Amino acid sequence: MPDPIGYRREVPGTQPPYLHPDYKSTVKRSPTKATIAVPHTLSEVTGPLWTKERVGSIADDLTVQDKERPLGERIVVAGRVMDEDGRPVPNTLVELWQCNASGRYHHPVDQHDAPLDPNFTGRGHAVTDGNGDYRFVTIKPGAYPWPNHFNAWRPAHIHFSLFGPSFVTRLVTQMFFPGDPLLALDPIFNGVPAPARDLLVSSFDLGMTVPDTALAYRFDIVLRGRAATPTGI
Amino acid sequence: MALIPTGWQTVGPYLHIGLTWLNTTKLAGEATKGERIAVEGRLFDGDGAPVPDGMIEIWQANADGRYNHPDDTQAKPREAAFFGFGRVDTDKQGGFRFETVKPGRVPGPGNTLQAPHILVSVFLRGQLRRLVTRLYFADEASNGDDPILALVEDPARRRTLLAVRDPGSATYRFDIRLQGEAETVFFEV
Repeated sequence: MPDPIGYRREVPGTQPPYLHPDYKSTVKRSPTKATIAVPHTLSEVTGPLWTKERVGSIADDLTVQDKERPLGERIVVAGRVMDEDGRPVPNTLVELWQCNASGRYHHPVDQHDAPLDPNFTGRGHAVTDGNGDYRFVTIKPGAYPWPNHFNAWRPAHIHFSLFGPSFVTRLVTQMFFPGDPLLALDPIFNGVPAPARDLLVSSFDLGMTVPDTALAYRFDIVLRGRAATPTGI
Repeated sequence: MALIPTGWQTVGPYLHIGLTWLNTTKLAGEATKGERIAVEGRLFDGDGAPVPDGMIEIWQANADGRYNHPDDTQAKPREAAFFGFGRVDTDKQGGFRFETVKPGRVPGPGNTLQAPHILVSVFLRGQLRRLVTRLYFADEASNGDDPILALVEDPARRRTLLAVRDPGSATYRFDIRLQGEAETVFFEV
Protein backbone atom coordinates (compact mmCIF):
# COMPACT_ATOMS: atom_id res chain seq x y z
CA MET A 1 0.00 0.00 0.00
CA PRO A 2 1.17 3.60 -0.55
CA ASP A 3 2.50 5.60 2.39
CA PRO A 4 -0.43 6.69 4.54
CA ILE A 5 -1.35 10.34 4.74
CA GLY A 6 0.05 11.62 8.01
CA TYR A 7 -1.27 14.11 10.50
CA ARG A 8 -0.14 17.70 10.84
CA ARG A 9 2.83 18.13 13.11
CA GLU A 10 2.34 19.96 16.34
CA VAL A 11 2.37 23.75 15.95
CA PRO A 12 5.11 25.18 18.21
CA GLY A 13 3.77 27.14 21.16
CA THR A 14 0.40 25.39 21.33
CA GLN A 15 1.16 22.51 23.72
CA PRO A 16 2.79 22.38 27.16
CA PRO A 17 6.48 21.55 27.48
CA TYR A 18 7.38 18.25 29.13
CA LEU A 19 9.36 20.07 31.81
CA HIS A 20 7.32 22.84 33.43
CA PRO A 21 9.04 23.58 36.76
CA ASP A 22 6.12 25.64 38.11
CA TYR A 23 4.35 22.28 38.24
CA LYS A 24 6.95 20.78 40.54
CA SER A 25 6.34 17.10 39.89
CA THR A 26 7.40 17.53 36.27
CA VAL A 27 11.02 17.98 37.42
CA LYS A 28 11.49 14.28 38.12
CA ARG A 29 8.92 13.08 35.65
CA SER A 30 10.01 14.65 32.37
CA PRO A 31 12.45 13.28 29.83
CA THR A 32 15.78 15.12 29.88
CA LYS A 33 16.74 14.12 26.36
CA ALA A 34 15.12 15.49 23.23
CA THR A 35 12.21 13.53 21.83
CA ILE A 36 12.65 12.11 18.33
CA ALA A 37 10.06 12.96 15.68
CA VAL A 38 8.79 9.86 13.91
CA PRO A 39 7.14 9.83 10.52
CA HIS A 40 3.48 8.87 10.65
CA THR A 41 3.54 5.26 9.54
CA LEU A 42 0.62 2.88 9.46
CA SER A 43 1.22 2.38 13.20
CA GLU A 44 0.57 6.04 13.99
CA VAL A 45 -2.31 6.74 11.59
CA THR A 46 -4.27 3.80 12.93
CA GLY A 47 -5.48 3.50 16.51
CA PRO A 48 -8.23 1.98 18.62
CA LEU A 49 -11.61 3.02 17.26
CA TRP A 50 -13.67 3.22 20.41
CA THR A 51 -17.01 3.53 18.70
CA LYS A 52 -20.46 3.30 20.22
CA GLU A 53 -20.71 -0.27 18.96
CA ARG A 54 -17.51 -1.25 20.75
CA VAL A 55 -18.09 0.76 23.92
CA GLY A 56 -21.60 -0.58 24.46
CA SER A 57 -23.47 1.33 27.15
CA ILE A 58 -22.84 4.98 27.87
CA ALA A 59 -22.82 6.87 31.18
CA ASP A 60 -23.42 10.50 30.30
CA ASP A 61 -25.49 11.58 33.32
CA LEU A 62 -23.31 11.64 36.43
CA THR A 63 -26.22 12.75 38.61
CA VAL A 64 -28.24 9.53 38.36
CA GLN A 65 -25.59 6.91 39.09
CA ASP A 66 -26.51 6.38 42.73
CA LYS A 67 -29.57 6.06 44.96
CA GLU A 68 -30.01 9.75 45.63
CA ARG A 69 -29.10 12.87 43.71
CA PRO A 70 -25.62 14.27 44.41
CA LEU A 71 -25.20 17.63 46.15
CA GLY A 72 -24.12 20.66 44.22
CA GLU A 73 -25.05 22.72 41.20
CA ARG A 74 -26.29 20.53 38.35
CA ILE A 75 -24.82 21.53 34.99
CA VAL A 76 -24.75 20.45 31.38
CA VAL A 77 -21.29 20.12 29.83
CA ALA A 78 -21.46 19.69 26.08
CA GLY A 79 -19.62 20.53 22.92
CA ARG A 80 -18.27 19.33 19.62
CA VAL A 81 -15.18 17.28 18.91
CA MET A 82 -13.50 18.50 15.72
CA ASP A 83 -10.26 18.13 13.83
CA GLU A 84 -7.96 21.00 12.91
CA ASP A 85 -10.04 21.77 9.84
CA GLY A 86 -13.19 22.09 11.93
CA ARG A 87 -14.57 18.80 10.65
CA PRO A 88 -16.59 16.90 13.24
CA VAL A 89 -15.12 13.73 14.73
CA PRO A 90 -18.12 11.41 14.99
CA ASN A 91 -18.51 8.18 16.95
CA THR A 92 -15.50 8.57 19.25
CA LEU A 93 -15.27 7.90 22.96
CA VAL A 94 -15.15 10.79 25.44
CA GLU A 95 -14.19 9.83 29.01
CA LEU A 96 -14.64 12.28 31.86
CA TRP A 97 -13.80 12.41 35.57
CA GLN A 98 -13.93 15.05 38.28
CA CYS A 99 -14.24 15.82 41.98
CA ASN A 100 -17.53 16.56 43.71
CA ALA A 101 -19.08 19.92 44.53
CA SER A 102 -16.96 20.17 47.69
CA GLY A 103 -13.69 19.67 45.87
CA ARG A 104 -13.15 16.05 46.92
CA TYR A 105 -12.41 13.12 44.64
CA HIS A 106 -13.97 9.73 45.18
CA HIS A 107 -10.49 8.23 45.45
CA PRO A 108 -8.44 6.77 48.32
CA VAL A 109 -5.46 9.05 47.59
CA ASP A 110 -7.55 12.20 48.07
CA GLN A 111 -7.43 13.04 51.79
CA HIS A 112 -8.57 16.65 51.44
CA ASP A 113 -10.69 17.60 54.45
CA ALA A 114 -13.88 18.14 52.48
CA PRO A 115 -16.89 15.85 52.49
CA LEU A 116 -17.30 12.93 50.14
CA ASP A 117 -20.70 12.64 48.51
CA PRO A 118 -22.03 9.07 48.65
CA ASN A 119 -24.10 9.85 45.58
CA PHE A 120 -21.32 11.13 43.37
CA THR A 121 -18.51 9.08 41.86
CA GLY A 122 -17.53 11.65 39.25
CA ARG A 123 -17.02 9.31 36.31
CA GLY A 124 -18.73 9.24 32.95
CA HIS A 125 -18.30 8.42 29.30
CA ALA A 126 -20.12 9.18 26.10
CA VAL A 127 -19.62 8.73 22.38
CA THR A 128 -19.89 11.63 19.95
CA ASP A 129 -22.84 11.62 17.56
CA GLY A 130 -22.76 12.07 13.80
CA ASN A 131 -22.00 15.79 14.21
CA GLY A 132 -19.15 15.15 16.64
CA ASP A 133 -21.30 16.38 19.52
CA TYR A 134 -21.24 15.04 23.08
CA ARG A 135 -23.28 16.01 26.14
CA PHE A 136 -22.94 15.24 29.82
CA VAL A 137 -25.05 16.14 32.83
CA THR A 138 -22.96 16.51 35.98
CA ILE A 139 -22.29 18.63 39.06
CA LYS A 140 -20.11 21.71 39.02
CA PRO A 141 -16.84 20.59 40.62
CA GLY A 142 -15.30 22.53 43.50
CA ALA A 143 -11.83 23.99 43.81
CA TYR A 144 -9.39 22.16 46.09
CA PRO A 145 -5.95 22.70 47.60
CA TRP A 146 -2.92 20.71 46.43
CA PRO A 147 0.65 20.53 47.70
CA ASN A 148 2.51 22.09 44.75
CA HIS A 149 3.35 25.31 46.63
CA PHE A 150 2.09 27.31 49.61
CA ASN A 151 -1.67 27.87 49.42
CA ALA A 152 -1.96 26.25 46.00
CA TRP A 153 -5.52 25.62 44.79
CA ARG A 154 -6.64 23.92 41.62
CA PRO A 155 -9.32 25.89 39.79
CA ALA A 156 -12.52 23.92 39.27
CA HIS A 157 -11.95 21.55 36.36
CA ILE A 158 -13.19 18.41 34.65
CA HIS A 159 -10.77 15.84 33.18
CA PHE A 160 -11.39 14.69 29.60
CA SER A 161 -9.85 11.81 27.66
CA LEU A 162 -10.41 11.25 23.93
CA PHE A 163 -9.15 8.87 21.27
CA GLY A 164 -10.18 10.20 17.86
CA PRO A 165 -9.46 8.22 14.71
CA SER A 166 -5.76 7.40 15.22
CA PHE A 167 -2.90 6.94 17.66
CA VAL A 168 -1.82 10.52 16.91
CA THR A 169 -5.18 12.05 17.85
CA ARG A 170 -5.17 10.78 21.46
CA LEU A 171 -5.82 13.62 23.93
CA VAL A 172 -6.12 14.00 27.69
CA THR A 173 -7.03 17.49 28.86
CA GLN A 174 -8.92 19.47 31.47
CA MET A 175 -11.90 21.79 31.05
CA PHE A 176 -12.10 24.93 33.19
CA PHE A 177 -14.86 27.42 33.97
CA PRO A 178 -15.04 31.03 32.76
CA GLY A 179 -14.09 33.82 35.13
CA ASP A 180 -12.35 31.62 37.68
CA PRO A 181 -9.82 33.78 39.60
CA LEU A 182 -7.69 30.70 40.27
CA LEU A 183 -6.88 30.23 36.58
CA ALA A 184 -4.17 32.88 36.62
CA LEU A 185 -2.49 31.12 39.56
CA ASP A 186 -2.65 27.51 38.36
CA PRO A 187 0.65 26.04 37.10
CA ILE A 188 -1.14 23.20 35.31
CA PHE A 189 -3.50 25.42 33.32
CA ASN A 190 -0.64 27.82 32.64
CA GLY A 191 1.50 24.93 31.38
CA VAL A 192 -0.27 25.41 28.07
CA PRO A 193 1.18 28.50 26.38
CA ALA A 194 -1.00 31.55 25.79
CA PRO A 195 -3.19 31.98 23.84
CA ALA A 196 -3.83 28.25 23.40
CA ARG A 197 -4.58 27.89 27.11
CA ASP A 198 -7.74 29.97 26.75
CA LEU A 199 -9.19 27.13 24.66
CA LEU A 200 -9.33 25.04 27.85
CA VAL A 201 -11.88 27.42 29.35
CA SER A 202 -15.48 26.50 28.67
CA SER A 203 -18.07 29.15 27.90
CA PHE A 204 -21.45 29.68 29.51
CA ASP A 205 -24.07 28.75 26.92
CA LEU A 206 -27.58 29.97 27.55
CA GLY A 207 -28.91 28.03 24.59
CA MET A 208 -27.85 24.72 26.08
CA THR A 209 -29.24 25.36 29.54
CA VAL A 210 -32.23 23.32 30.70
CA PRO A 211 -34.76 25.80 32.16
CA ASP A 212 -35.50 25.20 35.84
CA THR A 213 -32.93 22.38 35.86
CA ALA A 214 -29.36 23.09 34.83
CA LEU A 215 -27.01 25.77 33.57
CA ALA A 216 -24.76 24.80 30.67
CA TYR A 217 -21.12 25.14 29.68
CA ARG A 218 -19.82 24.58 26.17
CA PHE A 219 -16.45 22.92 25.68
CA ASP A 220 -15.41 22.26 22.09
CA ILE A 221 -12.41 20.02 21.62
CA VAL A 222 -9.99 20.07 18.67
CA LEU A 223 -8.01 16.93 17.87
CA ARG A 224 -5.03 16.73 15.53
CA GLY A 225 -5.99 16.78 11.84
CA ARG A 226 -4.69 15.20 8.66
CA ALA A 227 -1.88 16.91 6.81
CA ALA A 228 -3.76 16.70 3.52
CA THR A 229 -6.84 15.08 2.13
CA PRO A 230 -6.57 12.06 -0.14
CA THR A 231 -6.83 12.89 -3.82
CA GLY A 232 -7.57 10.98 -7.00
CA ILE A 233 -10.04 8.51 -5.57
CA MET B 1 -8.48 28.16 8.52
CA ALA B 2 -6.79 25.74 10.85
CA LEU B 3 -7.96 25.44 14.43
CA ILE B 4 -5.48 25.04 17.28
CA PRO B 5 -5.63 21.54 18.75
CA THR B 6 -6.75 21.50 22.36
CA GLY B 7 -3.84 21.58 24.80
CA TRP B 8 -2.74 18.57 26.82
CA GLN B 9 -3.19 18.50 30.58
CA THR B 10 -2.01 15.95 33.12
CA VAL B 11 -4.15 12.94 34.01
CA GLY B 12 -3.41 13.82 37.64
CA PRO B 13 -3.37 11.43 40.60
CA TYR B 14 -7.02 10.45 40.29
CA LEU B 15 -6.96 9.07 36.76
CA HIS B 16 -8.33 5.78 38.08
CA ILE B 17 -11.77 7.30 38.59
CA GLY B 18 -12.24 8.00 34.93
CA LEU B 19 -10.01 5.60 33.09
CA THR B 20 -9.57 2.17 34.68
CA TRP B 21 -13.08 1.04 33.70
CA LEU B 22 -11.55 0.49 30.28
CA ASN B 23 -8.53 -1.45 31.51
CA THR B 24 -7.62 -4.14 29.00
CA THR B 25 -4.70 -6.39 29.86
CA LYS B 26 -5.58 -9.49 27.86
CA LEU B 27 -5.55 -8.44 24.23
CA ALA B 28 -5.80 -11.88 22.63
CA GLY B 29 -8.80 -14.18 22.78
CA GLU B 30 -8.96 -17.89 22.04
CA ALA B 31 -9.63 -17.23 18.39
CA THR B 32 -6.72 -14.82 17.96
CA LYS B 33 -3.91 -16.03 15.70
CA GLY B 34 -0.27 -15.84 16.66
CA GLU B 35 2.38 -16.46 19.27
CA ARG B 36 1.15 -15.75 22.80
CA ILE B 37 3.46 -13.43 24.67
CA ALA B 38 3.33 -11.18 27.71
CA VAL B 39 4.99 -7.80 27.99
CA GLU B 40 5.63 -6.47 31.44
CA GLY B 41 7.70 -3.78 33.03
CA ARG B 42 7.87 -0.98 35.52
CA LEU B 43 7.70 2.79 35.20
CA PHE B 44 10.43 4.75 37.03
CA ASP B 45 10.87 8.47 37.74
CA GLY B 46 14.04 10.55 37.84
CA ASP B 47 14.99 9.24 41.28
CA GLY B 48 14.65 5.67 40.07
CA ALA B 49 11.52 5.39 42.21
CA PRO B 50 8.54 3.48 40.84
CA VAL B 51 5.64 5.57 39.53
CA PRO B 52 2.52 4.12 41.16
CA ASP B 53 0.11 6.63 39.66
CA GLY B 54 0.70 6.23 35.96
CA MET B 55 -1.17 4.55 33.16
CA ILE B 56 0.13 2.66 30.14
CA GLU B 57 -1.69 2.19 26.86
CA ILE B 58 -0.51 0.05 23.96
CA TRP B 59 -1.51 -0.25 20.31
CA GLN B 60 -0.33 -2.98 17.99
CA ALA B 61 -0.95 -4.92 14.81
CA ASN B 62 -1.99 -8.56 14.81
CA ALA B 63 0.33 -11.49 14.14
CA ASP B 64 0.08 -10.91 10.38
CA GLY B 65 1.05 -7.27 10.72
CA ARG B 66 -2.41 -5.86 10.13
CA TYR B 67 -4.11 -3.19 12.21
CA ASN B 68 -7.77 -3.41 13.16
CA HIS B 69 -8.49 -0.07 11.50
CA PRO B 70 -10.00 1.02 8.16
CA ASP B 71 -6.89 2.96 7.17
CA ASP B 72 -4.97 -0.32 7.02
CA THR B 73 -5.69 -1.29 3.42
CA GLN B 74 -3.03 -3.99 3.14
CA ALA B 75 -4.06 -7.13 1.29
CA LYS B 76 -4.09 -9.16 4.48
CA PRO B 77 -7.24 -10.55 6.07
CA ARG B 78 -8.86 -8.47 8.82
CA GLU B 79 -8.98 -10.23 12.15
CA ALA B 80 -12.07 -9.39 14.15
CA ALA B 81 -10.75 -11.42 17.09
CA PHE B 82 -7.95 -8.93 17.71
CA PHE B 83 -8.51 -5.24 18.51
CA GLY B 84 -4.91 -4.42 19.43
CA PHE B 85 -5.51 -1.98 22.30
CA GLY B 86 -4.38 -2.34 25.88
CA ARG B 87 -4.66 -0.08 28.91
CA VAL B 88 -3.65 -0.54 32.54
CA ASP B 89 -2.84 1.72 35.47
CA THR B 90 0.54 1.09 37.07
CA ASP B 91 0.56 -0.76 40.40
CA LYS B 92 2.27 0.25 43.65
CA GLN B 93 5.61 -0.94 42.26
CA GLY B 94 5.08 1.00 39.04
CA GLY B 95 4.38 -2.30 37.32
CA PHE B 96 2.25 -3.13 34.29
CA ARG B 97 1.63 -6.32 32.31
CA PHE B 98 -0.19 -7.16 29.09
CA GLU B 99 -0.92 -10.57 27.61
CA THR B 100 -1.07 -10.41 23.86
CA VAL B 101 0.31 -11.88 20.63
CA LYS B 102 3.56 -10.89 19.02
CA PRO B 103 2.73 -8.40 16.25
CA GLY B 104 3.79 -9.01 12.67
CA ARG B 105 5.72 -6.60 10.50
CA VAL B 106 3.91 -3.59 9.06
CA PRO B 107 4.99 -1.25 6.26
CA GLY B 108 7.25 1.70 7.03
CA PRO B 109 7.97 4.83 4.98
CA GLY B 110 8.77 4.20 1.32
CA ASN B 111 9.10 0.54 0.58
CA THR B 112 10.50 -0.39 3.96
CA LEU B 113 9.14 -2.87 6.45
CA GLN B 114 9.12 -2.11 10.14
CA ALA B 115 10.31 -4.66 12.66
CA PRO B 116 7.60 -6.01 14.98
CA HIS B 117 6.75 -3.30 17.49
CA ILE B 118 4.11 -2.04 19.88
CA LEU B 119 3.26 1.64 20.33
CA VAL B 120 3.29 2.68 23.96
CA SER B 121 1.66 5.75 25.56
CA VAL B 122 2.61 6.75 29.10
CA PHE B 123 0.34 8.97 31.18
CA LEU B 124 1.13 10.10 34.71
CA ARG B 125 0.65 12.66 37.40
CA GLY B 126 3.53 15.10 37.21
CA GLN B 127 3.56 15.17 33.44
CA LEU B 128 1.35 17.51 31.43
CA ARG B 129 1.51 15.45 28.26
CA ARG B 130 1.53 11.92 27.03
CA LEU B 131 4.92 10.32 26.54
CA VAL B 132 5.15 8.11 23.46
CA THR B 133 7.62 5.29 22.98
CA ARG B 134 7.89 2.03 21.05
CA LEU B 135 8.51 -1.48 22.28
CA TYR B 136 10.65 -3.68 20.02
CA PHE B 137 11.72 -7.28 20.65
CA ALA B 138 15.41 -7.73 21.44
CA ASP B 139 15.53 -11.20 19.84
CA GLU B 140 14.07 -10.03 16.53
CA ALA B 141 16.49 -10.20 13.60
CA SER B 142 14.63 -7.55 11.60
CA ASN B 143 15.37 -4.78 14.12
CA GLY B 144 18.43 -3.91 12.06
CA ASP B 145 16.18 -2.97 9.12
CA ASP B 146 13.70 -0.91 11.08
CA PRO B 147 13.44 2.68 9.80
CA ILE B 148 12.28 4.10 13.13
CA LEU B 149 14.91 2.37 15.27
CA ALA B 150 17.43 3.74 12.79
CA LEU B 151 16.44 7.27 13.86
CA VAL B 152 17.98 6.54 17.26
CA GLU B 153 21.67 6.94 16.55
CA ASP B 154 23.17 5.93 19.89
CA PRO B 155 23.09 2.11 20.27
CA ALA B 156 22.83 2.45 24.05
CA ARG B 157 19.73 4.59 23.67
CA ARG B 158 18.30 2.22 21.08
CA ARG B 159 18.55 -0.57 23.63
CA THR B 160 16.03 1.23 25.85
CA LEU B 161 13.41 0.30 23.24
CA LEU B 162 14.21 -3.42 23.22
CA ALA B 163 12.09 -5.71 25.36
CA VAL B 164 14.12 -8.69 26.54
CA ARG B 165 12.62 -12.16 26.73
CA ASP B 166 12.89 -13.89 30.10
CA PRO B 167 14.77 -17.16 29.54
CA GLY B 168 12.40 -20.10 29.27
CA SER B 169 9.24 -18.01 29.18
CA ALA B 170 7.12 -16.02 26.77
CA THR B 171 7.41 -12.84 28.82
CA TYR B 172 9.23 -9.81 27.50
CA ARG B 173 10.47 -7.24 29.99
CA PHE B 174 10.19 -3.55 29.11
CA ASP B 175 10.96 -1.01 31.81
CA ILE B 176 10.28 2.65 31.13
CA ARG B 177 12.64 5.17 32.69
CA LEU B 178 11.65 8.84 32.55
CA GLN B 179 15.17 10.02 33.33
CA GLY B 180 18.63 8.72 34.24
CA GLU B 181 21.39 6.87 32.46
CA ALA B 182 18.98 4.45 30.79
CA GLU B 183 16.34 7.10 30.03
CA THR B 184 13.85 5.61 27.59
CA VAL B 185 13.75 7.10 24.11
CA PHE B 186 10.52 9.03 23.67
CA PHE B 187 9.08 9.99 20.33
CA GLU B 188 7.12 12.92 18.95
CA VAL B 189 4.17 11.87 16.83
